Amino acid sequence: MPDYTLRLRRYSPETGASAYWEEFQVEMDGHRSVLDGILKAKDDQDGSIGIRCSCRAAICGSCGVRINGRPGLACHMHLEEAQSRSADGAVITVEPMGNMPVIRDLITDMDAVHWKKIRRVTPWLLPEGPPPEREYIVPKESMVDVTQSMACIQCGACVSDCLSMEVDPDFIGPAALAKAYRFVGDPRDGRQRQRLEDLTEDPHGIYDCTHCFNCIEACPKGVAPMSQIMRLRRIAGADHHLNDRNNGHRHEQAFVSLVKQSGLLHEAELLPRSYGGDSWFGKFAPKAGLELVDSLPVILRAVMRRKVTPAGALVGHKIDGHQELHRIFDTIENRDERFELNLYIVQPDEEAPQGDGASADGDDSASGGAVQGSPSSSSPERSPNPS
Amino acid sequence: MPAHDVLIIGAGLAGQRAALEAARSGASVAILSKVHPVRSHSNAAAGGINAALNVEDSWESHAFDTVKGSDFLGDQDAIEIMCREAPAEVLRLEHWGVTFHRNDAGELGTRAFGGASAARTYYVADITGQALLHVLYEQLMKHHEQVDRYEEWFVTSLLQDEQGNCTGAVGRSIKDGRLEVFDAKTTILASGGAGQCFEPTTNAIICTGDGIAQAYRLGATLMDMEMVQYHPTTLAGNGILITEGARGEGAHLYNAEGERFMEKYAPNKLELASRDVVSQAEQTEINEGRGFPDGTLALDITKVPRNRTLEALREIVNIGRDFAGVDITREPIHIKPGCHYIMGGIKTDSDGRTSIGNLYAAGEAACVSVHGGNRLGANSLLDTLIFGMRSGAHAAEAARQIAAPSAGRARIADEQQAIDRIINRDAGGRRISAIKHELGTVMNEKVAVFRDEAGLQEAQATIRRLKEEAQVANIDDRGTVFNQDVLAAIELGYMLDVAETIVVGAIERKESRGAQFRTDYPKRNDEEWLKHIDVSVNGGDVPKVSYSDVTITKWQPMERTY
Repeated sequence: MPDYTLRLRRYSPETGASAYWEEFQVEMDGHRSVLDGILKAKDDQDGSIGIRCSCRAAICGSCGVRINGRPGLACHMHLEEAQSRSADGAVITVEPMGNMPVIRDLITDMDAVHWKKIRRVTPWLLPEGPPPEREYIVPKESMVDVTQSMACIQCGACVSDCLSMEVDPDFIGPAALAKAYRFVGDPRDGRQRQRLEDLTEDPHGIYDCTHCFNCIEACPKGVAPMSQIMRLRRIAGADHHLNDRNNGHRHEQAFVSLVKQSGLLHEAELLPRSYGGDSWFGKFAPKAGLELVDSLPVILRAVMRRKVTPAGALVGHKIDGHQELHRIFDTIENRDERFELNLYIVQPDEEAPQGDGASADGDDSASGGAVQGSPSSSSPERSPNPS
Repeated sequence: MPAHDVLIIGAGLAGQRAALEAARSGASVAILSKVHPVRSHSNAAAGGINAALNVEDSWESHAFDTVKGSDFLGDQDAIEIMCREAPAEVLRLEHWGVTFHRNDAGELGTRAFGGASAARTYYVADITGQALLHVLYEQLMKHHEQVDRYEEWFVTSLLQDEQGNCTGAVGRSIKDGRLEVFDAKTTILASGGAGQCFEPTTNAIICTGDGIAQAYRLGATLMDMEMVQYHPTTLAGNGILITEGARGEGAHLYNAEGERFMEKYAPNKLELASRDVVSQAEQTEINEGRGFPDGTLALDITKVPRNRTLEALREIVNIGRDFAGVDITREPIHIKPGCHYIMGGIKTDSDGRTSIGNLYAAGEAACVSVHGGNRLGANSLLDTLIFGMRSGAHAAEAARQIAAPSAGRARIADEQQAIDRIINRDAGGRRISAIKHELGTVMNEKVAVFRDEAGLQEAQATIRRLKEEAQVANIDDRGTVFNQDVLAAIELGYMLDVAETIVVGAIERKESRGAQFRTDYPKRNDEEWLKHIDVSVNGGDVPKVSYSDVTITKWQPMERTY
């Protein structure tokens, strides 16, 4: 059996020493997990290695760590894969997750960060009125839809590498916002609007996400927290017309309207539109002026370094044939329903079914929410398009 | 020093459900768990929860299936209670927010499961246990004012007053090693099963039988301990579970000769016969040389329409890919029977009361007994919730009549000494992992699907030797913060106690019933053995064995075919 080298981050608060690296050699089949490797080192060599773990099957969420600098579950990556992805192709490094204080070795204080944020989003169902005599009657698809965020095992991998949280530790963050979607998207919940008002008005709320995709890559369960955050934004903005005091919604709209208008961003226009919307008077929104003054040094530096010309910065420009863009906008905006991607039903790396696919089995009625014979990799779930 | 009306040890489904019910009736509640509640092993119950909720279905039918599944060893009064209360409980869970699968009309939809005469299993894809556990934890967060949560606290021992009644427990904070006495008028053990006594097992690393052993040491009676369920579909190397939901959705089992062998053993129910029947059939095929060279058989999920698999069995698509390198939508996956569930446990009545005053038990740690010799799939979630709820209600009610105990303080010093003795042990003993590995291996060889006297005696001798070795097992970690080495040493002691009671029960029962198949007594023998085997401590050496009657209400034992 091959030998693997695990380089573990060690830390004990009791010794007074700072954190250090320690290497362990384990002889194991390459298909065993990194967790199995760590446990073997713990079993045979050093029982003091600290790591939370329980199920070994990626369902309990205990063993969130960083492997070769990337967050994930230790039980969810094979040793050979971890080795091939390591910096030098030989030594597998394992360290505690980021954005959370370390208690010992690979164990982080999830309660101090992750669970606090979960509790922040009122994480329980708040139905309107007394429950029905039997079950709530709700669309089948809506339950499959929220099951994507229900699939979250609270491992903290997304929290570990959230860039926004690194900059703003108060950001509610990917896991808690995915949890929020689990209620906002649940037709049994009676507080959709209040929940969204809360999450938009909070300066560390849904508009704090910067679309970096780290959480989607980190998640071992396909919850795609960032997608859930974007859905919260769409429901807040398009369905409830919530214009938050942080200007998150207007800022997002400014991007859309500028691209529609000229095919490119026009930075000088972005600021006033983010504050004042598309109207001409909006350009004089006092806050926009203040932020403009704030931004002047940055603008001047950009001009001096010839990243922009003064004319380009003020007037903006259009791409050639940007009328083509209007056709895209028209097609999307004129749809009766908004398309929402639900990656929970069909895996993202799915190849197109051949011919009539599953219906060849003579049973296409049992196929649930997945779309038969669709060449696309995802399964659209529809919600009314409010435009 | 925390003091509460009701102390609950273990925060899986049984514990959390007990906490919510006790809080609802106004009691002050503490719930204490050695892991964060959502890490509990209830997560692993993938397939679903049974309830006769359809108008065409009836609780009597559910109860009969359960009685028959138990090989007539289940207590029928308790089974009736569980099946009667099941529909209301599933609706309550739905109202709390569980995202149960719906049919096209938006009503709750069902799937088929083993040993059941109707499709009555309600489910959330194949993450039902996880969905239930997380929704109950949502409710626990909601009721934080009534329920104090002690997460990552480990119980070192239960407390007992001079009359022998339980008065709470001593707990140790895993984070900082601090010991606390948890005084409580009533205490509920909901600390789960003991699958780690076997290797491999589908059970999580935390399933070390803590509560069962703690109660046993206190003098509580254990029951049906010999009944250990081997699940028919587990991965060969690591014991990871492939849900019965796969067969419920239509997957088939084949031997290496391509034969759908269940046709021989259960011509009517085929792959959906009860688990003991399927596991014994599989083991027979493997033993008679019709398995694959690695001692496995094939589970063919490609029979299930691909999109249905991707929606309803997504978790095992992932497990197949990540843990076996197999795309289950395109090729069969190799499986074998593996240790999964312990039907036995701390003997309780249908309100969760044990033989010790003011001590209750619920969930896999308990034996009511609703599962008897064999548990039906999707009845374990139900068991945890119904009897968790009932013990919570009863313990809260009983606490009103009990004066607050306060005698526990004196025990702290003793417990601290016991911990210190472990931490300061001399080096040189065997490694904890080596002892645990030897235990798991002997249990999986001698106390598995097929058993006989000689093998069981060998297992017992091994366990007794390991008990000696465990006393001086090597400890590497001398610290207090997250000292998992000390935990493992204590857990090892619990596992050895539980394993011994399992073997003692298996030696005692000289017949074949449910999960206990004795090759030296291959027939069920109702005349002599239609009774429970009770096991309790006997002042020291060998556990004491006695018997109790099986409660029969409506259904007389009959021959069992599927």
